[in-house]
Amino acid sequence: MIRFILLQNRQGKTRLAKYYVPLEESEKHKVEYEVHRLVVNRDAKFTNFVEFRTHKVIYRRYAGLFFSVCVDITDNELAYLECIHLFVEILDHFFSNVCELDLVFNFHKVYLILDEFILAGELQETSKRAIIERMSELEKLEDLLLRCFAEFKTTMVMLRFVKGYVEIIILNLFYL
Amino acid sequence: MSSSNSLMDSLFQRSLEDLIKGLRLGESNFISRSLEEIRREIKATDLSTKSVALQKLSYLAALHGVDMTWAAFHAVEVVSSSRFAHKRIGYHAIAQSFNDQTPVLLLITNQIRKDLNSSNEYEVSLALECLARIGSEDLARDLTSEVFTLLGSSKGLVRKKAIGVVLRVFDKYPDAVKVCFKRLVENLESSDPQLLSAVVGVFCELTRKDPRSYLPLAPEFYKILVDSRNNWVLIKVLKIFSKLAFIEPRLGKKVADPICEHMRKQNVGKSLLFECIRTVFSSLSDQETALKLAVVKIKEFLVDDDPNLKYLGLHALTIVAGKHLWAVLENKEAVVKAMSDEDPNVKLEALHLLMAMVNEDNVTEISRILMNYALKSDPLFCNEIIGSVLVACSRNSYEIIVDFDWYLSLLGEMARVPYCQRGKEIEYQLIDIGTRVKDARMELVRVSRALVIDPALLGNHFLHPILSAAAWASGEYVEFSKAPYEIAEALLQPRTCLLPPSITAIYIHSALKVLVFSLGVYFSAQDPTSSTLAQESTSSGSSVVNGFTYSSISSLVNMIESGLTSLSGTIDVEVQERAKSVLGFIGMIKHEMAEKATSQDTETEARKAIAFMEDVFSEELGPVSSTAQEKVPLPEGLELNENLEGLQEICREVLEPIAESNSSSFYSSDKVSFSVAKLRIRDQEEASSSLPPPLESSSLLAEHRKRHGLYYLSSQKADDHNDGDGNDNNTSNEYPPANEISVDSFKPKKKISKPRPVVVKLDEGDEPKTKPDASSSSNGEPLSRAIQTALMGKGKEKESEKDNHEIHLDTENTEQSSRRENKKKKKEKKKKNGESSKNRSRRQRDEEASVTKPVEVPDLLL
Repeated sequence: MIRFILLQNRQGKTRLAKYYVPLEESEKHKVEYEVHRLVVNRDAKFTNFVEFRTHKVIYRRYAGLFFSVCVDITDNELAYLECIHLFVEILDHFFSNVCELDLVFNFHKVYLILDEFILAGELQETSKRAIIERMSELEKLEDLLLRCFAEFKTTMVMLRFVKGYVEIIILNLFYL
Repeated sequence: MSSSNSLMDSLFQRSLEDLIKGLRLGESNFISRSLEEIRREIKATDLSTKSVALQKLSYLAALHGVDMTWAAFHAVEVVSSSRFAHKRIGYHAIAQSFNDQTPVLLLITNQIRKDLNSSNEYEVSLALECLARIGSEDLARDLTSEVFTLLGSSKGLVRKKAIGVVLRVFDKYPDAVKVCFKRLVENLESSDPQLLSAVVGVFCELTRKDPRSYLPLAPEFYKILVDSRNNWVLIKVLKIFSKLAFIEPRLGKKVADPICEHMRKQNVGKSLLFECIRTVFSSLSDQETALKLAVVKIKEFLVDDDPNLKYLGLHALTIVAGKHLWAVLENKEAVVKAMSDEDPNVKLEALHLLMAMVNEDNVTEISRILMNYALKSDPLFCNEIIGSVLVACSRNSYEIIVDFDWYLSLLGEMARVPYCQRGKEIEYQLIDIGTRVKDARMELVRVSRALVIDPALLGNHFLHPILSAAAWASGEYVEFSKAPYEIAEALLQPRTCLLPPSITAIYIHSALKVLVFSLGVYFSAQDPTSSTLAQESTSSGSSVVNGFTYSSISSLVNMIESGLTSLSGTIDVEVQERAKSVLGFIGMIKHEMAEKATSQDTETEARKAIAFMEDVFSEELGPVSSTAQEKVPLPEGLELNENLEGLQEICREVLEPIAESNSSSFYSSDKVSFSVAKLRIRDQEEASSSLPPPLESSSLLAEHRKRHGLYYLSSQKADDHNDGDGNDNNTSNEYPPANEISVDSFKPKKKISKPRPVVVKLDEGDEPKTKPDASSSSNGEPLSRAIQTALMGKGKEKESEKDNHEIHLDTENTEQSSRRENKKKKKEKKKKNGESSKNRSRRQRDEEASVTKPVEVPDLLL
């Protein structure tokens, strides 16, 4: 069973954290710090498994991002390595060539994907296609209205901006 | 007015994206300002504003560690929105921040129920995901019926998630098993691979906690093992079987074939292949063909360039090493090669394997290889190596060591490894070998001399325990020494000021022993009447020391005197006292010696004193049995527990650290307090329940012994005198000193006791632990009991089905009888069908308890 999943960059900034066991807030920070310290200094030629307290962390590095999964000591390491890779593939497909910024700005979508992928610490879906399809369904469901609203808001801000400029220009014209 | 306000709020509210952009600019106190904003916005009546605020908050909570428990009620509000986007944000916030103690948890029961009953499958799955994360006992109980309905849902997605949720529901509310278990099992026969994966995952978790309850489901799992093509499912099923095969060995024979088939496949995934190998190694190691195939396959892993595979290969080998060492020996080259791998994980596994391979014949070779590695590697791994060599060699009272001379020199070598931090263990072994192995003492003195004499070693505080052992050995067995003067000089060299006082005290005491020995030799050589006797006594020590001249002995005395004078001013009382008393002794001797040079009187005070001191030190110290305490008969009317119960409560804090450091503190105190009154300090320590302070004076001890002689063990010395072999004697029968073990008479089966204080503790601690374990595994837990009840009914059903259709996987005659029995039981049950179901389940449970095997495995598989 998966205890938690962490996405961290090289500096130790957490980009995604999902816990499947209840942990105190302070404990979460300690865990994130410890896991980062464990994985960040490991050579690329080292194994992708590290023991972590009574469990083990299986991690994989993609560019500057570390994907770490904490699982039980008896779990199959290779299977979870594949699992991490599948998750990255899904992200890559969904954001078309994913980068760290995509994850930063679309954090809620990443969580949605993760929820489709893993439920209650168990792998739910092993088909990439199925998850992508479901994500597009979910996107459709997201209120169109909300998006219109957001656009409207940008227009308003723009308008205010333009209005300010126009005023300045008009004032200048008067001055001239 | 307020409506326009909220409109303005929502119009100019920062979105999540704005927040993230702001964060990336890295402004100071941006987070606290945003939090202010969020606190204001989240109170808005407009759900859109509220939900965006909540989303921002959950972002900050997830990635910046902001507390969001205060917003629990707002999350509940957002969830109640009819819009999907709001719901999603709300559920996400709930899953992230709620726990069992959250007070508003009760408020969402109805909302979740509503969403579980929704026609929109996406809403249902949101609710399920949330339930899987936060489900408490109350929630699980209240929503069991909804989950049950969803388990039979026609929509694959919903059903899959409902299966995932079941794990949490069962965990929190075991009674849900009665309702949901049947449907869950039905899903095992599903053709949809995703559903199957989910349900197998759930069973894998359940089996891990309590394998016995799920034995009746073995046929279903077997079918999946044979039919499934999905690696993930197969891995999980294998995990289930590795647990089941443990408690039901007959199952191993059955599943070995399909597992072999999976292993033989050409394009099998590495993860599945590894799981097969691990299952065979851990649970099916009695199946010869499977084991052989697995050992062949493991080679692929060991020679692979991928460090992951290499590590896993080694790891799998460690599992099997205990039972089938040949599997490891076959791959010896790969293991040795892995020792020089870059990854510490791989090295560590290789080290474990190497240590598993150690035996009498190769211990020299392997240790030599390992010491070379220890010199080259980093401090952490170096000590790992040294530690495991020490453990492996000392196992079962040095079972695998034939050549103790070699082993002692190895210990000496270890002390010189730059990073060595295993001083305590080496100290223990040096003394242990000294007391146990008579024939090794010569070498021990040689090794000790080299250690004590080297001034460089004194600077490393990790080595101080080793030095104290070396000092003790060179004092105690000084008769084997070639040059006592050298040793006395080394013991009192100026750099000994770097040692902690407790060890300096040992140094002084050893110097005293050297002095006494030298004087004894000198006097006996002078004395024509006793010279023959002296010759005899020294001949046992190979008689390398022959004679001191007057000048040499007086220079020795002078050297020791000057060395001690500097120490007599030390602050530490122990060191001071020892130094002072030795100085007093020297003063007396010197005076007499000066007189003696002129007069030829043989019966001087000095001689008497020396003879007495020699007598004191001549007694041999030996190891003590771990059961020595038990041999003391309990006097009648002694009620230790009753009187001291309260005391123990008070002293617990004081006693525990002593117990922890038992083995080490034991020896140090041993060395510090040499009793003049011929008491066996160790025996006495074993016998008296409390450790006496090491400084207790000998007269007090003697007095104590006189008064409580009953609690003291008879001294070993007396035994040795009484009968030469010492084997018929009571004490030495069960516990002969290892003195009798020599290189020549070395035999694998020895009667030497294990290192004692620890062993005693462990024996007592283990007993009560195992007992409750055994009872709880059968039917202690409510969950396992519920499942066993559910399965008992189901197992019977299944059986009757299979019997009717006459499907027999196995037609062995031997199985027939057991089947008949089952049938009989079934008939009995049919008769009593009129009983209420409640009674029946209770009856089944009773029956379970009465039958030796609590759960019957349907025999179609076995």
